[in-house]
Amino acid sequence: MREVAIIGAGITKFGEHWRKSLRDIFVESALMAIKDAGVDHIDSMYVGCMSGGLFVAQEHLGAFFADYLGQSSIPAVRVESACASGGSALRMGFIEVASGLSDIVLVGGVEKMTDAEDVTFALATAAEQEYEVFHGITFPGLYALIANAYMKKYGLTREQLAMVAVKNHKHGSLNPYAQFQSEITIETVLNSTLVADPLRLMDCSPVTDGSACVILCPLELAKKYTDTPVKIIGSGMATDTIALHSRKDITSLRAVSLSAERAYKMAGIKPEDVDLAEVHDCFTIAEIIITEELGFVEKGKGGILVEKGETSLGGRIPVNTSGGLKAKGHPVGATGVAQAVEIFYQLQGRADKRQVKNARIGLTQNMGGSGASSVVHIMEVA
Amino acid sequence: MIGICGYGSYLPRFRIKVDTIAKQWGMDPESIKKGLLLYEKTVPNLDEDTITIAVESAKNALKRAGINPAEIGSVYVGSESHPYVVKPTGTVVAEALGITPDVHIADFEFACKAGTEAMFVAYSQVKAGVCKYALAIGADTSQGAPGDPLEYSASAGGSAFIFGSEKIVAEVIETYSFTTDTPDFWRREHEFYPKHGGRFTGEQAYFRHIISAGKEIMKRAGLTAKDIDYAVFHMPNGKFPQQAAKALGFDLKQIEPGWIVPWMGNTYSGSSPTGLSATLDIAKPGQKIMLVSFGSGAGSDAFIFRVTERIEEVRDLAPKVRDMLDGKKIYVDYGTYAKLRGKIIV
Repeated sequence: MREVAIIGAGITKFGEHWRKSLRDIFVESALMAIKDAGVDHIDSMYVGCMSGGLFVAQEHLGAFFADYLGQSSIPAVRVESACASGGSALRMGFIEVASGLSDIVLVGGVEKMTDAEDVTFALATAAEQEYEVFHGITFPGLYALIANAYMKKYGLTREQLAMVAVKNHKHGSLNPYAQFQSEITIETVLNSTLVADPLRLMDCSPVTDGSACVILCPLELAKKYTDTPVKIIGSGMATDTIALHSRKDITSLRAVSLSAERAYKMAGIKPEDVDLAEVHDCFTIAEIIITEELGFVEKGKGGILVEKGETSLGGRIPVNTSGGLKAKGHPVGATGVAQAVEIFYQLQGRADKRQVKNARIGLTQNMGGSGASSVVHIMEVA
Repeated sequence: MIGICGYGSYLPRFRIKVDTIAKQWGMDPESIKKGLLLYEKTVPNLDEDTITIAVESAKNALKRAGINPAEIGSVYVGSESHPYVVKPTGTVVAEALGITPDVHIADFEFACKAGTEAMFVAYSQVKAGVCKYALAIGADTSQGAPGDPLEYSASAGGSAFIFGSEKIVAEVIETYSFTTDTPDFWRREHEFYPKHGGRFTGEQAYFRHIISAGKEIMKRAGLTAKDIDYAVFHMPNGKFPQQAAKALGFDLKQIEPGWIVPWMGNTYSGSSPTGLSATLDIAKPGQKIMLVSFGSGAGSDAFIFRVTERIEEVRDLAPKVRDMLDGKKIYVDYGTYAKLRGKIIV
């Protein structure tokens, strides 16, 4: 297996792009990544997108995006793994370069959600239709079940949940690509509209349009393009039961811990070696549990971790310096790649006001559904 | 000088509280009240529709104008809930008021701005010298699908304005219209309830048109928000007009007299016209009022008025908006509301 590096990245502003289409935002971030990497061609392409079909009635996205990028003829495939589509595309690109099949691979992630007639319906297709969705539950409802069970079991407080959103908005305020660049308080969260008890509007990631791309190549070629390549030293993926009720314990996310274990093993590192992480905070409760599953804190202590400021910028293990899904925005298929873009910028020292000092190892964790898919990547300064 | 010589409004007596609707759908009423700044809305009785609301409000306008209805040469009714798809509202209204047959009549539809559209044309008819007086009405029994967020706001009511060159209570000093093709809200034939583009209806539709129209009319009139005493903006909920006011440099005190939506709901074509009516109820001679409507599809009509001395003589001749809002009202439960609004289909 060849060693793989990221040599360039591109990302659109996340938000409501009423005047841009699915193809516009993909091409915008792809051209930015190509320019950033300085490559003169790409050998193949993987694009993560959860539901072009339901959001904007466009499928066949591999050929579609290659065409509008002026690259028709190259191998190009759309990768779908619900909200983990982006992370899964990155894993496919990693495998393709590592295997020696291609040298220069563009990995994209994109979603155009604001044009959709029924976003909740489209997102709910990532759950179990027959046993969950047909009975009326939506994702906020599923995560609310998780949150209630977790709060009861571990004594997590409503305020601690809110602290995740407050922290991520603070980080988002430093990210020019974030959908929400305004700080909020615990009161903002506690006074926001109740969505699914105990989760309120400000516990939920927003509906977002956005696209992100990275360019991968073998590490041995990377220095030809940049002085500061970033190595992908670990890639782990795991799945879990698709329906929440099939799990033995709904207060943990087993696919997250399994995918992390596999990535740590490949990278040959331990959780304490990680300098910063971008994780899948689709709801505030998710970030609490994920920080535990990644081994940053022991089980049941995720609330204390955020309360102590250890996951804030300047803390022991900054989590979601980009603003996370909550503040940066969550264009579902783009999220996994956008996380890689953030870690790439951080490890290159290009994260400006939100730069984590001396960051050498970063981790991304991207998740689908109520945790039925999880993809973890570990990156290191080359 | 051309302007409004008589104005009047009508609001049904039935009300339903936001709490009642929220409870019906398992929603948290406090979040909705805080999020939309809506508390209750008017509900029409079984025998009330756009025509009866138009007639009642026009009767009140005639009381204040003190003119012979037969002198009215144009009648325009703006609504998105005309009782008939084919057959005009305006003919019934004009006949009931004793205006027919020496009159030009038209019905307008442009989502929530059909009322100000009627005002625009009525004003133009008088300005062109086609008729001595022209009557413009904005009235609606607006529709919100059961369980849709619109159900918290869609209400019933309307206001009427008689334009002329004599007996003026508020002179028109500037007009402006800002219109684009922006599909934010629509209802196709044979459909009971409108559809809307969710968040697209905000920045891209409401705010873009209201703010553009507001800025341009002030520029044309050579006025700033400080020179204008009161402003009225279309009121789809309590929050939007406050945000529009701030964006145009007005403080909340300047919109307060016309900010009736928290207790009235959104009377669609009758929304900003009724806000104007409530503002005329308290305005003093010499004061300036800016009105900016918004209709999905989308456009904004803007007017700047200067109130005359005659306002003091006429305002007590008909019921004031706040009196109708705060006066005798009957709260209904969701079942009664569903019956009154024809939501139960057998």
